[in-house]
Amino acid sequence: MATELVGTPVKRVEDRRLITGKGRYLDDIAMPGMVHMAIVRSPYAHANIKSVDTSIARSMPGVVDVLTGADVPYNPLPMAWPAGGSAGIQNNVNTPRALATDSVKWQGEGVAAVVAETAEQAADAAEAIIVDWEPLPAVVDAEAATKPGAPQLHENAPNNVVFEWSVGDKDGTAEAVKGAEVVVKQRLVNQRLIPNPMETRGDIGLYNPGTDEYTIWMSSQTPHIQRLLLAAFVMGVPEHKIRCISPDVGGAFGTKIFCYADYVLVLLASKRLNGRPVKWVESRRENYQATIHGRDHITYLEVAGKRDGTVDAIRVKTYANLGGRLSTIGPGIPTTLYARVLSGCYRIPNVYAEVVGVYTNTAFVDAYRGAGRPEATYVVERAMDLFADEIGMDKAEVRRRNFIPPDQFPYENPSGLGTASGGAKIYIDSGNYEPALDKALAAAGYGDVAAAKADAKARGKLLGIGLSSYIEVCGVAPSKWIGAVGEGWGAAMWESANIKVHLTGKVVVTAGTQPQGQGHETTYAQVVADELGVPMDDVVVQHSDTQGTPFGYGSYGSRTSSVGMTAAIKAAGKIREKARRYAAHMLEASVDDIEVEGAEYRVKGSPDKKKTLQEIAFALDLAFDAPEGMEPYLDETSYHDTPNCTWPFGTHIAIVEIDEATGVVDLKRYVAVDDVGKKINPMIVNGQLHGGIAQGVGQGEDGSLLSGSMLDYAVPRAEWLPTFELDETVTPSPVNPLGVKGVGEAGAIASTAAVANAVNDALAPLGIRHLDMPLTAPRVWKAIQDARAGSSNGHGNGKEAKA
Amino acid sequence: MIPAAFEYDRATSVEEALGLLRTHGADAKLIAGGQSLLPLMKLRLARPDRLIDIGRIEALKGIRRLDDGRLAVGSLTTYADLIASPEIKYGLFRDALPTIADVQVRNRGTIGGAIAHADPASDMPALLLALDAELVCRSAHRGQRTIAATEFFEGPFTTVLDPDELLIEIRLPAPSQHHGSAYRMLEQPASGFAIAGVAAVIGQTEAATGDTFDDIRIAVTGVGDHPYRAAAVEAALVGTPVDAPSIAAAVGAVCEGVEVMGDIHADREYRAAMAVVMAQRALEGARARLT
Amino acid sequence: MAERVSLTVNGKRHDMDVEPRRLLVQVLREDLGLTGTHVGCDTSQCGACTVVLDGSAVKSCTVLAVQADGSTVGTIEGLTPADGLHPIQDAFWGAHGLQCGFCTPGMIMTAADLLARNPDPTDGEIRHALNGNYCRCTGYQNIVAAIRTAADEIRTGAGATPAEAESGAGAASAAAAG
Repeated sequence: MATELVGTPVKRVEDRRLITGKGRYLDDIAMPGMVHMAIVRSPYAHANIKSVDTSIARSMPGVVDVLTGADVPYNPLPMAWPAGGSAGIQNNVNTPRALATDSVKWQGEGVAAVVAETAEQAADAAEAIIVDWEPLPAVVDAEAATKPGAPQLHENAPNNVVFEWSVGDKDGTAEAVKGAEVVVKQRLVNQRLIPNPMETRGDIGLYNPGTDEYTIWMSSQTPHIQRLLLAAFVMGVPEHKIRCISPDVGGAFGTKIFCYADYVLVLLASKRLNGRPVKWVESRRENYQATIHGRDHITYLEVAGKRDGTVDAIRVKTYANLGGRLSTIGPGIPTTLYARVLSGCYRIPNVYAEVVGVYTNTAFVDAYRGAGRPEATYVVERAMDLFADEIGMDKAEVRRRNFIPPDQFPYENPSGLGTASGGAKIYIDSGNYEPALDKALAAAGYGDVAAAKADAKARGKLLGIGLSSYIEVCGVAPSKWIGAVGEGWGAAMWESANIKVHLTGKVVVTAGTQPQGQGHETTYAQVVADELGVPMDDVVVQHSDTQGTPFGYGSYGSRTSSVGMTAAIKAAGKIREKARRYAAHMLEASVDDIEVEGAEYRVKGSPDKKKTLQEIAFALDLAFDAPEGMEPYLDETSYHDTPNCTWPFGTHIAIVEIDEATGVVDLKRYVAVDDVGKKINPMIVNGQLHGGIAQGVGQGEDGSLLSGSMLDYAVPRAEWLPTFELDETVTPSPVNPLGVKGVGEAGAIASTAAVANAVNDALAPLGIRHLDMPLTAPRVWKAIQDARAGSSNGHGNGKEAKA
Repeated sequence: MIPAAFEYDRATSVEEALGLLRTHGADAKLIAGGQSLLPLMKLRLARPDRLIDIGRIEALKGIRRLDDGRLAVGSLTTYADLIASPEIKYGLFRDALPTIADVQVRNRGTIGGAIAHADPASDMPALLLALDAELVCRSAHRGQRTIAATEFFEGPFTTVLDPDELLIEIRLPAPSQHHGSAYRMLEQPASGFAIAGVAAVIGQTEAATGDTFDDIRIAVTGVGDHPYRAAAVEAALVGTPVDAPSIAAAVGAVCEGVEVMGDIHADREYRAAMAVVMAQRALEGARARLT
Repeated sequence: MAERVSLTVNGKRHDMDVEPRRLLVQVLREDLGLTGTHVGCDTSQCGACTVVLDGSAVKSCTVLAVQADGSTVGTIEGLTPADGLHPIQDAFWGAHGLQCGFCTPGMIMTAADLLARNPDPTDGEIRHALNGNYCRCTGYQNIVAAIRTAADEIRTGAGATPAEAESGAGAASAAAAG
């Protein structure tokens, strides 16, 4: 079969509407009779609610309804991924409220909602709701929250602990650390981030009193999941009475995976208003307060090994800040998706991780681009640099010596996804890490760094180079493994696709995955067009509506290409088989004698006896002459449960210059060599890498906790970024027929550590051993001042920093 | 995202604006380009009862040269107009203008609006202080007065303008071959406002001797609760060649007598240190423009 | 109290009564149905709402509709020729200068403003011109490449000039806006 489209940089089919302003995002939708909702949010990080007075608001112009927590029969919202697995972990669960009733746990938690004829009226009336607050002491730091005397958030969570979870060989790791030639210790902070998709969230709820059906338009990555959660775990209505539709989604990066309070509120309000559509669109300020944040780890690291460069053990204790209540899969991120890939691309025989999930008076933390894996990469890549510095070995060489060798695959890592289960195991199936490292070193001019540093020094600049060799686990995940291990959604993780070949020969692909900018309408079409041998223009891809698409678990974790598109390939295979059988009937040949090339179905040895897919579809759809036992129409659905995850890898290198006088960090060059397996569309793959790198670089360089708006939170601008220099190695994944691994998160997973390592490398000549993120100018400047003053606290000589 | 409701008046002439100001005074807020005011109103951090829109008053737009060589810049002149104007030759303007906000805001934001808003981290006030600009203001009941830029800013978002007073134009000194100027600013990365910004003018009057400079003006923004002239630095540099040693010896006093601000982006220590660095770089830049 | 406002949007005049607090972007999106102009923040940072007002790029979330009374406004819908694409649009498509597309109309309008003033910008000038437009998907690299390509295309005379596009002249397709 000809494969002409897969592997080529086809222009995206979704772009015409987007470049002409004809995309249709949530806020672009208006309906007759539509009313608008505004949510009243807590100004306090921690407070009891003594009373809520809605009387003034109710009397204001245009107001049609006011809701408080007492009006919502659907409290609380679900949490679907407790920390789980090996040890029967206790999770002290407190999940979000549709509207808070007794108390609020973070600034921005919703306490009331106003519905009015116009958005202006709703905003005005929301200001008139009077809440009698009893402010309480607040704690925002995860480690501090676990200490005696810290403010307590929830009665069922003493010391604010959500869970204490561990993975790996505790005794063996302790032994390895104890007997090691070299042990390096460091406290590491991976600060909280606000993901900032350009489109904020929003939704429109519509209840039909005539059918008792609910429809919700939502800016979501997971419409099918939301239908399941809303039906079974929130509203107690059957799934077939709820329809979820995601229109064009203006970026998500994880934030739009989850079950949010506003979904419930717009549906409830529409029902209370006898079926008027109710729209809520999040302001950017609300997005900062009440949509999930990412990262926020404090980690105590120990890395142990030999002076020959061998790393024998990594031991960490991580405090993971999960916010004031648990978001939908919050606990899963710092456990399964972090600690289980902690050893990265290295053969480190002893790994032990303790993770303490913690409540604090902050917005909830959940999966943001990379979700756990950037945090793991940051730890292990800082560990490699700190270890190299300690033994006086080149940082690239230390990495090289510890890579999992190519002949060791499939490789089961010691904290890995397989260790907890009795049966199904997830292992690192493939990899060849050294070529990517070598390519990156060559591209970055690694050998000439000393000269570059001297040149920079002469200009009053400190030049640093930072390496980040990463792997990520993508394409989650075999349902069997989830069932056995108890880590995951608490649901399966397969994907589905349906293909119909219409009477005209045009092909419609529907899938349960949900794009947010990744170009699924293009890449699915490339794959299916190749599979069926039809032009890409003849293939249309539909998604995003639970009515009309087969069930899917959605798009996150870089899983659509490896899991979802494999389902499409299987469905195309079924289409081909049925077409072949019907071709045999049409051509009066035996099925075994029909050979398929592209869209042509031919009788072997008689090349003139052939039918095209279009001819077959036409005949079979009309079914005037269908043989006994053959159903009309070419319409096939497949479900694909992946046998394993996929494992992209690579090496990224950042080169920075620091202005010694101001502490300003300037990213001069960024080299990325990635192995994401085969590429369906290399143009889209590179775009994903660019975007991921920019987001990860943004974390390394800035990001504030106290930010109320984009005036305080620095989103990277075009002028701050260099032209990224990309290269590749290609190790096809053995897990799926396309050989793809997934690419949505790779850039974000690698880049933060690369920048942090580069800044630390630049500061090393001053005797600074480790400086935590965010690497803001004031922080870098302070470190330089302290180093010059000979101060050893904080930044230098942190060897004994472990508490 | 949605401002609180307000009454709206549009003035089409200076006289009409002054009349509206006399009637509504303290209850009203003037809006020119709106680039500072509207974001505050959208967050409901500002909620004026009434807006008087002066954006259409043609008489307040544009740059003209006065008989004595000075420039009169209408208060509604936008940043983009300033960038495009061949009359604006001052080095510190050339440094500052392209870095103020972004192109869309520069297309709409006005010099008068920026000055009257008096954000303590705004760039424009420092430029005017360093140039010894004069601000021409007018009210219906007290007529016209001219205020030195050095007397204009009183505190954060506070000026000496009376509630019924309108800023008419900004008078800048005649460009001089004997003066060099520069502006250096360290920006808060999210907002683009100054953590510390320093405008420096150095020059020689007829009384100057040899290679030394006797006209030194250093203005600082972002550091105190309003922009100020660093008098101690100026005094230390008068009579020097403004070379590296004399600059290094002088700039340490840039925050002298000022209560340095601290916030989540920069504490007092860092801000004060950056004022020194920016002062040094601005002076070096100004000096370089004279060679 | 509502004010009478007249706007010429993409070449078509609209007279309407507008509450003074309504922003230009609200009127464009909600009253005129021109939803190609987006809102991404509430502090005038992101630039998703960029339109061309009286010949200059502005953030339509930071202009009251009453302030724009009597003005001409060009939006992404007006930039789009009736029979195809503007060279900037075409270049964004060809260079993969967009992913989710939410920032894209604002980016394209800013690019049009830049190329009208500077027909042959360097990469540095392009990046500087984009200071008021945020993108979270692309890392900007392909946007910069797209604008460079569009500049070349326009200079060699293959497409509509940015000035034409800005004024919304000839954008008959915008009539659908009414």
